[in-house]
Amino acid sequence: MTVVISLAVLVFLVVAAVWPDLIAPGDPLAIHPLDAFQPPSAQHLFGTDESGRDIFTRVIHGTRASLLIGVTATAIGIGLGLIFGLLAGLGPRWLDFGTTRLLEVMFAFPGLLLALLFIVIYGPGIVTSTIAVGLSTAPGYARLIRSQTLQVRDAPYLEAALVLGRGSVFRLTRHLLPNVAGTLFVIATLGVGQSIVWASALSYLGLGAVPPSPEWGAMLSAGRTYITSFWWMTFFPGLFIVLSAAAATLLGRGLQQRKRSS
Amino acid sequence: MSGTEGTKGAHELVPISPGSPSAAGPQHATPLLDVRNLMVRFGRGMPVVNDISFTIAPGETFGLVGESGSGKSVTSRALLGLTGSNAHVAATRLTLAAAAADGVLDLRQLSARAWRGVRGARVGYVPQAALVGLDPLRPVGREIGDALRLHTKLSPVERRAEVSELLAAAGVPEPELRAVQRPYELSGGLRQRVLIAAAIALRPSLLIADEPTTALDASVQAGILNLLERLRQNGTAILLISHDLSVVSRLASRVAVMQHGAIVETGPTARVLDAPQHPYTRQLVAAVPTNRPRGTSLAPQSIAAAPAESPTPAPSPSPSPATAAAPGESAADAELSGPTPAEPPSPAATAAPGESAGPAEAVAPAASPTPAAAGSAAGAGSAAGAAVVLRAHGLSRWFGDRAAVDDVSFTLERGRTLGLVGESGSGKTTVARLVLALTAPDKGDVELLGQPWSALPERERRPNRRRIGAIYQDALSSFDPRLTVGQILSDAASGGRSSRTDVSALLHQVGLSADVAAQRPRFLSGGQQQRVAIARALAPRPDVLICDEPVSSLDVSVQARILDLLDALQRELGVAYLFITHDLGVARHMSDDLLVMRAGRIVESGPTESVFADPREPYTRELLAAAPQLSRLAEPARSR
Amino acid sequence: MGSAGSGKSGTVSGSGGNVNTVSYVSDALDVHEHPQTWLARNAPLLRWLALRLLGVVFVLWAVSTITFFAIRLIPGDPAEAILGGPGSQASADSLAAARAEYGLDQPIGIQYLSFLGRLAVGNLGQSYALHQSVASVIGENLISTLTLALAALILAVVIALGLAAWSTRGGRAAAAIGSTLEVVGAAVPHFWLAILAILLFSTTLGWLPPVSVAGPAGLVLPALVLAIPLAGFLGQVMREGLLDALSSPYALSARARGESESGVFWRHALKAAAIPAIGLTGWAFGSLISGAVVVETIFARPGLGRSLLAAVQGRDVPLVVGIVIVVALVYMLVTTATDLAERIIDPRVGRRPDARGSAPRRNTRRARTHAHKDASRSRTHTEIEP
Repeated sequence: MTVVISLAVLVFLVVAAVWPDLIAPGDPLAIHPLDAFQPPSAQHLFGTDESGRDIFTRVIHGTRASLLIGVTATAIGIGLGLIFGLLAGLGPRWLDFGTTRLLEVMFAFPGLLLALLFIVIYGPGIVTSTIAVGLSTAPGYARLIRSQTLQVRDAPYLEAALVLGRGSVFRLTRHLLPNVAGTLFVIATLGVGQSIVWASALSYLGLGAVPPSPEWGAMLSAGRTYITSFWWMTFFPGLFIVLSAAAATLLGRGLQQRKRSS
Repeated sequence: MSGTEGTKGAHELVPISPGSPSAAGPQHATPLLDVRNLMVRFGRGMPVVNDISFTIAPGETFGLVGESGSGKSVTSRALLGLTGSNAHVAATRLTLAAAAADGVLDLRQLSARAWRGVRGARVGYVPQAALVGLDPLRPVGREIGDALRLHTKLSPVERRAEVSELLAAAGVPEPELRAVQRPYELSGGLRQRVLIAAAIALRPSLLIADEPTTALDASVQAGILNLLERLRQNGTAILLISHDLSVVSRLASRVAVMQHGAIVETGPTARVLDAPQHPYTRQLVAAVPTNRPRGTSLAPQSIAAAPAESPTPAPSPSPSPATAAAPGESAADAELSGPTPAEPPSPAATAAPGESAGPAEAVAPAASPTPAAAGSAAGAGSAAGAAVVLRAHGLSRWFGDRAAVDDVSFTLERGRTLGLVGESGSGKTTVARLVLALTAPDKGDVELLGQPWSALPERERRPNRRRIGAIYQDALSSFDPRLTVGQILSDAASGGRSSRTDVSALLHQVGLSADVAAQRPRFLSGGQQQRVAIARALAPRPDVLICDEPVSSLDVSVQARILDLLDALQRELGVAYLFITHDLGVARHMSDDLLVMRAGRIVESGPTESVFADPREPYTRELLAAAPQLSRLAEPARSR
Repeated sequence: MGSAGSGKSGTVSGSGGNVNTVSYVSDALDVHEHPQTWLARNAPLLRWLALRLLGVVFVLWAVSTITFFAIRLIPGDPAEAILGGPGSQASADSLAAARAEYGLDQPIGIQYLSFLGRLAVGNLGQSYALHQSVASVIGENLISTLTLALAALILAVVIALGLAAWSTRGGRAAAAIGSTLEVVGAAVPHFWLAILAILLFSTTLGWLPPVSVAGPAGLVLPALVLAIPLAGFLGQVMREGLLDALSSPYALSARARGESESGVFWRHALKAAAIPAIGLTGWAFGSLISGAVVVETIFARPGLGRSLLAAVQGRDVPLVVGIVIVVALVYMLVTTATDLAERIIDPRVGRRPDARGSAPRRNTRRARTHAHKDASRSRTHTEIEP
């Protein structure tokens, strides 16, 4: 049930990201100063902002950027995590030791700290903030993939393949990698939600995408000044962040449970 | 009782006579527990327990026997009111005799609060999962103290004293020290004793023991059964629930056999075991391998009756093991395997010429149903100088400063079975790993087919790995969860290039139908999973098969079929088995020769029948004595 | 009772067939020896702790080194940053003076060593922007942020536990509502929550100040905003732990002993659910610090997070480095403390399963399948989500 609802939400978001004009035909950047600060109405579903831009249109058109940032950041995180995790899980003992120590050091920069450090070095912007989020999630993925790799490596079925006279290449490609990869999809789904939240937080702090770009975090940031008088400017972009993150998480958990029970 | 008391008495059996007068049987005036037409159903499903009735007299031990899924554990939950909120429990009568003379307690009408007054105080419960039945985060004494706290007004200090006494009464040495330890610091046997101490804290008149000895070593098991018997003699009635006929036969004066949620047969234990009426009971009794000669069939359709076939290279209409094994496998098995045609010659029958080298001794045991003949045939086989396929020489392996395997030597000849028995921790599995060259020996070596084996580097060993296979206790975890049975088998046979017909021939060989190939192993029953494991292990046509506890987690009737299958395959293919088991009955039934292992050393070895008839080592005698057996009850001397 | 059976089956009869002879010696042999002194008993724990603290020192050194060299990657002349960024058009003289003041004219190796030397005595250098020692900036802000984080942590644990307890015991609907709230809670970004909170409690209701003021009233909204997403995460973990414990075989034995449902909950399940939650506390603290960056900015509350953001925006390198190092240190100390707590509550953690003490391997599958059956059956009893 929850899986169906979250899938529906995600499908809607993907449509909005690929063909935004299907849902909200109109220019997200078109300025109508006379229509500024309109509350939500039939004409402006989510109201308008300080320049009279339609917030519904902007939110829908912002889906692409926000989702893309989330997916890219997750891909970077999982990619790095995969490299380190497999090195540690499959490499010789010293490599595992070294990689594990490195991960411990990375873990000592909790949460956004690593991202902020990265932004200090390379300056704010949509690209750096995406890489920064990917970088700061990488240690977590690496640890997960390492333990998953170790678990599969020591699984009785790998030993059974050895007893049957299988070489290491066969065991790696036929059994180990596919079984590690099988869990990655779930991890990725769970991760996209968090990446979207983190990336939008960076945008909100003015370190990621910048207004007037219709990215959700940036829109929130722009609406910050008007919180008390014009709530809709911040409410709706935020709602979409919550919606996409929650849907991704619910889908991931649903997949996880299905995997566990089957 | 002190911990130093009589080490030699550790495994001694207390003579138990289930027919003793205190167990008066069903005629007792007022039964302690009276169950009539009990039905339990979950949600809108089919009844899990259907219309069962039995009574238990005060001070009687009543056995409830059934295989997994028979509904015996649900029955015990129903008697405790713990079936859960979505269960429907109905009965025409469900009463417990009250302690005082004020009549009986109707368990059907108890409030939640009244139930709590019954549980623990009037009915004690010893759960089936001895190893996980105690809260891992609390000292075990607290668990016992909880029972006292809930039902008495004792002060904490008094409770602590009482806990020590209870632990001592349950046979736990150094009770004050044990009481403050946590479960992981205790052995399985001690944990079970702690659970029993908690169950008897309030001197309940009825004790429900649900699989109290499952997963315990035979000697520990004997100790627990003795303790239960002592409780019964002190006046506690016991409902003993077990899948294991031999356990029940040791204690129960009367027994009920459950199948598919119903009681199919009930009566005095001796009568039920000696002269079972219901076909299912007969099947269960027959499936117990203890004292069943080598080569005889355990499952209903006797393969021994069929003419023995020698594995000639020519295709012959050999009675494929499939025909013997397929009918009547547990319900799920039967559905899937379906009728298997007997005419296609098993691919293994047309085996490599090398395998027909020593067919003579493979035939002999099959043709001779008596143990004596089997023994002599075995003797003749070795005298003929049959090819040695596996030789271990002075194997040793240390883990830290402890020798897991210490100077183990043996030889295994083509087409024969070498049994390896021992309790947990004796080093059996390490021997298997050494022989499979998964672990390198610290000393000694293994030769396979007369060639160096353990001494080679893995790369040089690999081409010959197909000569030695293995099956394990947990078949399911030895399969890649992503692959179907068909993929698993074709991977095993000739490196993934085998065709679909090869796969179905392999399946047919182990008594499974071809459509199993599309399934994933986790959707198969335990017996079917082990059959797939056997098919996979035999696919590369090995000369040796290492069987590490292959039937330990299977129900007894499924176990019987798997053992029959292994027997038939050995005759057909001439493959040699190293058969590792903790179960002496299984070992005796399966092996030509026997090794007894203790603390990493072989303490006794020789032809199986002579080891059983005349055990020389004290340890072997202890082991034999501790193993619960059906036969002892079935012997005429017992009935008075 | 006579000798029950004899002959080749090998029954030992006649030798001490006393019913009251309890045979437990074989059990007792399996049990670990237990040294009695406190020091001896806790030796493994102390050894672990010593190693762990050494590890903290190592990681701290690595963190400092990485940050030191990472900031060298920043394009441009650090001296310009000191003097107010590239737009300041500082003279060559003042640039040279700034370089000399901050030691930037030395070779990189010397700079690194003197950086480490200063770090060892707690000197984190001078902030470019604030013209104040980094240590004093951190000193002024650390307490405020730690107070906020601690308040949020306590609040999050209380919310998560309450929600988990209610949803595992309140039937099907409660389970569905509880798990949805947890997921949504975990997905809500701090800044959006902060905005909603300000709208609701300050603008509409007027109960609490929209800007953090000194005193407890100013702490309520920021702590709540930080706590809710964390409570969502902790709640998910605690709920799994509670469900596992409530459906475990030991909970069944407790019920069969006459324990009530609330007795099972308080005596058995709570502790079991607390362990994974404690394990997460270190991570939670880290996420609270990153959350503090956002929350302190929105509520204009002085603290490390806001200082860090300002330093990042102004590229105040020494301040960023100083805060990163201090946060890493606090984070590692918190993680060490929670790991220690975990080990004290559950001594099995980190104990290598030696061959001797491990459970018998055979029949474990049977035991496991039975246990699983128990679990699935009781799960229907506790009514988890469909």
